[in-house]
Amino acid sequence: MATPLQHAERLSNKMAFRSGIRAGIPVAVGYIPIAIAFGLLAKSFDMPNVITLAMSLLIFAGASQFIGIQLIMAGAMYWEIVLTTFILNLRHFLMSASLSQRLETTSNRFLAAVAFGVTDETFSVASVRDEATRGHFILGLNSIAFLAWNVGTWIGVFLAFGLPMELQASMGIALYAMFIGLLVPSLTRKPVLVVVGIAVAAQSVLHWGVSPFVPLSSGLSIILSTFIAAGTGALLYREEDTP
Amino acid sequence: MISLLLLVVVMALVTYIPRLFPLLWLKNVALTPLLKRFLLFTPYAVLASLIFPGLLTATNTVSSALIGGAVAVCLALLRVNLVFVVLGGIAGVYILEVL
Repeated sequence: MATPLQHAERLSNKMAFRSGIRAGIPVAVGYIPIAIAFGLLAKSFDMPNVITLAMSLLIFAGASQFIGIQLIMAGAMYWEIVLTTFILNLRHFLMSASLSQRLETTSNRFLAAVAFGVTDETFSVASVRDEATRGHFILGLNSIAFLAWNVGTWIGVFLAFGLPMELQASMGIALYAMFIGLLVPSLTRKPVLVVVGIAVAAQSVLHWGVSPFVPLSSGLSIILSTFIAAGTGALLYREEDTP
Repeated sequence: MISLLLLVVVMALVTYIPRLFPLLWLKNVALTPLLKRFLLFTPYAVLASLIFPGLLTATNTVSSALIGGAVAVCLALLRVNLVFVVLGGIAGVYILEVL
């Protein structure tokens, strides 16, 4: 089918970047409170500020930063934390793979900058936008999300002092509420429900059946149950059933 | 402190590599269907494994954690913005802890 609009309306790089920033505003609005919660949680665990701020600056991945803080404070082995982070963020592999099919060819250096900002949320926005063929659009989208994530972290870290103890303790639920918020809407699909059920069952066996006898960190049991559940799902379901 | 910073740098690297690799090199390589399905299921398996049983020890008491989790589930079922799911969970725990 002919697409005359594409020829008629070719945005300049600057315009595409600005369009990306505008598209990223909802992501930014969503990120700030979660980043504040992250800063507060790190503070409540007495994590050094430099480490907390460096995490948001260098890692830029919400769930793995939360779990990283928790694993560090639980005294997990460093290799377990790294492996958990890797497995947790392996999903970005598919998102980048999907983006690579849509993006116009650009320099490797430019793609390297785009890749840094691939998150669940920026990818979700990019997926529904036609402008996402433009590297500058995605760069704008990722930039405002990254900015919001870091500003939020700074607010969380430097605001934590005045907070009452009960509120700080309540922040411990933030991570889990976020995970629940991400997971629950997907449970309407049966394969997802089955995989989630297998993961919970595996975790229960590992937590109450294995870890009392064999020392097993929470990080390692997350990795094991993920492999069991995602592996079973991959074997059980065909292409058309997968999420 | 230095070892913690190094840990953060390595975490950043293992986060960045899966984001970077496909954009640079995977353009013309087809994943096996099994691996593709495994990766598609991974987020859900990870999320479930993170939530349970970690949720139970997320706050001062198991009951407040369960209430907070229940509030989050209800809000998530109503499809409200993720921010409000998080804030609602915190509020649920906070109300129970101060009562």
